[in-house]
Amino acid sequence: MTMPETTKVLPNPRAAEGRQPASPPAAGPRGKVPPRRRPRAWRWTDLAEIAGALGASAALTWMIFGRLLPFRVMPLAYVVLGYVLFLPIYWFVIRDGQGATAAKDRLVTILVATGALFAFAPIVFVVGYVVKRGAEVLRPNFFTETMQIVGPLSKATEGGALHSIIGTLEQLALATAIAVPLGLLTAVYLSEIQGPLARPVRLVADAMTALPSIVAGLFIFSIVIKPHIWLQSGIVGSLALAILMLPTVTIAAEQVLHVVPGGLREAALALGAPYWRSVLMVVLPTARAGLSTAVILGMARVVGETAPVLMTTGGTTVMNLNPFSGHQDNLPLFVFTQIRSSQENQVDRAWAGALVLLAIVLLLFVLARIVGSASPGRRRIRVRRRRGSRTTSDAGGNRS
Amino acid sequence: MTVPEVDQSVAAEAAPAPVGGVLEGVQVSCWFGARKVLEGVDIKMDAGVVTALIGPSGCGKSTFLRTLNRMHELVPIATLAGSVLLDGHDIYGAGLRLTEVRRRIGMVFQKPNPFPAMTIADNVAAGLRLTGRKVRDRDDLVETSLRRAGLWNEVRNRLGAPAGGLSGGQQQRLCIARSLAVSPDVLLMDEPCSALDPTSTRRIEETILELKDQVTIVIVTHNMQQAQRVSQHCAFFLAAEDEPGRVIEQGPTEQIFSDPHDPRTADYVNGRFG
Ligand SMILES: Nc1ncnc2c1ncn2[C@@H]1O[C@H](COP(=O)(O)OP(=O)(O)O)[C@@H](O)[C@H]1O
Ligand SMILES: [Mg+2]
Repeated sequence: MTMPETTKVLPNPRAAEGRQPASPPAAGPRGKVPPRRRPRAWRWTDLAEIAGALGASAALTWMIFGRLLPFRVMPLAYVVLGYVLFLPIYWFVIRDGQGATAAKDRLVTILVATGALFAFAPIVFVVGYVVKRGAEVLRPNFFTETMQIVGPLSKATEGGALHSIIGTLEQLALATAIAVPLGLLTAVYLSEIQGPLARPVRLVADAMTALPSIVAGLFIFSIVIKPHIWLQSGIVGSLALAILMLPTVTIAAEQVLHVVPGGLREAALALGAPYWRSVLMVVLPTARAGLSTAVILGMARVVGETAPVLMTTGGTTVMNLNPFSGHQDNLPLFVFTQIRSSQENQVDRAWAGALVLLAIVLLLFVLARIVGSASPGRRRIRVRRRRGSRTTSDAGGNRS
Repeated sequence: MTVPEVDQSVAAEAAPAPVGGVLEGVQVSCWFGARKVLEGVDIKMDAGVVTALIGPSGCGKSTFLRTLNRMHELVPIATLAGSVLLDGHDIYGAGLRLTEVRRRIGMVFQKPNPFPAMTIADNVAAGLRLTGRKVRDRDDLVETSLRRAGLWNEVRNRLGAPAGGLSGGQQQRLCIARSLAVSPDVLLMDEPCSALDPTSTRRIEETILELKDQVTIVIVTHNMQQAQRVSQHCAFFLAAEDEPGRVIEQGPTEQIFSDPHDPRTADYVNGRFG
């Protein structure tokens, strides 16, 4: 009975702990307020210790490589040796001042931070390089022009990728329209209905996430284009992308549905709801934010795929707004064709395309994060809008 | 004879204040897989009477309660024997639809479980949408149900706010209002106050006493004082080690607490075990 009471009280001592040093204890020495401090915060002396150790290791490295060794070494060796020397020096410095435990703590902190840096560095380099190369040639006309009248020797800043951007957006929209209903239905089957096929289906979906994208392209190519059911066009590319998107959406959505508390399903059923209504009106709306994230993740998964569209959309330099007939281009294809060229200017133009593609992917991921962490405020806005639209739809409903 | 279709149209009139139904468990036994957890339970839960089920945990009170509105069968390995009669008709028989049974026999759970994606008003009216019924005056139904659950005054100005923003006790009363909105004949409550503070508990007990003439109430509780305060009929469940739970004794609450016939009942209600 007192359980909620205690859980509610629990955070308080921790909150008080932070404040404790600020409130002066009455029995201080001569009424003096002890200085306020945060036990785990970094201090200037810490920085000085690191700087000192760094300086010492740098000097030692220079002495070894510059004075003692008879041959010259690569600059990278300086960094490696410097780092290797830094660790014991730093350890000695800290042990001297604060004891062995603190020294061990600091050393591991440094090692972990180095690991994090190594993991982070490739992303920074890749993104940084794309941004640098892309920004050099990216001009507003990149978003308004096509490659129709651009010759192989035109400058990199001439022409644009409007036809590819349009193609990418249309193909992505079509692939989403195909894959999302199927993926959500499959997720509902796996998580809510749990039929006899659930196990094999989940296994296949898991395996399909590892499907090489070129296989998806080949598959669609051989069953749609080869028998002349449809010629190369945007929609055929969308089919290939949908195949890649389907398992991603399914698995992400299934995991989201699993998180919906079972108590809500029971509550709905206990009101006399048929099972399908409890899924449709309680489970899916409860998981709405997570499901949106699943969809966006699926989109982000395929928007940059090159292999499946290589064989299926045809690729072109002119604008084709109709995804259902005629060759269509898209951004990955644009980058691919441009960067294969022997002309330096075309290669430069490819980087602009890569930058735009990167921006689209980033946008999708940011969107996924925002939707996924929908704050109560946002939700309330959405709920109100939904209520409003419903009252307008059924004329009799009067609002409270 | 209550044919579901007829009853539905009556309910569509949205005239609350159903006079409770009579629920009767006849020789109910329950199994989870091969394990028998409940044996031969006979309890008659009369209209206008609050029936309390008491007993140490694990003796099958929740299981019995869940057989009363066919929630028991949601567990894939669960089976049962015996029958449950609602106004004389077997709820496991062919004459009553499963969804109709659950609508007429509502349930309030131990943990408050309002639908988080819905507003307060939508939560109350959720039962209508979930059972595919229309009501002429939705706002009136929302207000009536909230009033009956004793929550109206606290939420009248924020019916459009998300239900998750309410306190635990308010959420539980919202769940009661949600159950009442589909005009059930019986309301089953499985330790409805065990997650709540004393003030909220008292509010819910008041609600139960106000509702008892409109709907038959069956409540599982671990709180002896609560059983004495709200119930008129009381059944004591007990499961010996490695044996299914049984009803050791039942009768008027007063008698169970002041003059129990079975020494085990006396021990339990006086707090000597369990
Ligand atoms: N879903 C389930 N699967 C298997 N056994 C269960 C399940 N639910 C309850 N039981 C068992 O049934 C017995 C009765 O449980 P329960 O009705 O919840 O007891 P009470 O509500 O009286 O505390 C317990 O021994 C419990 O372990
Ligand atoms: Mg229980």
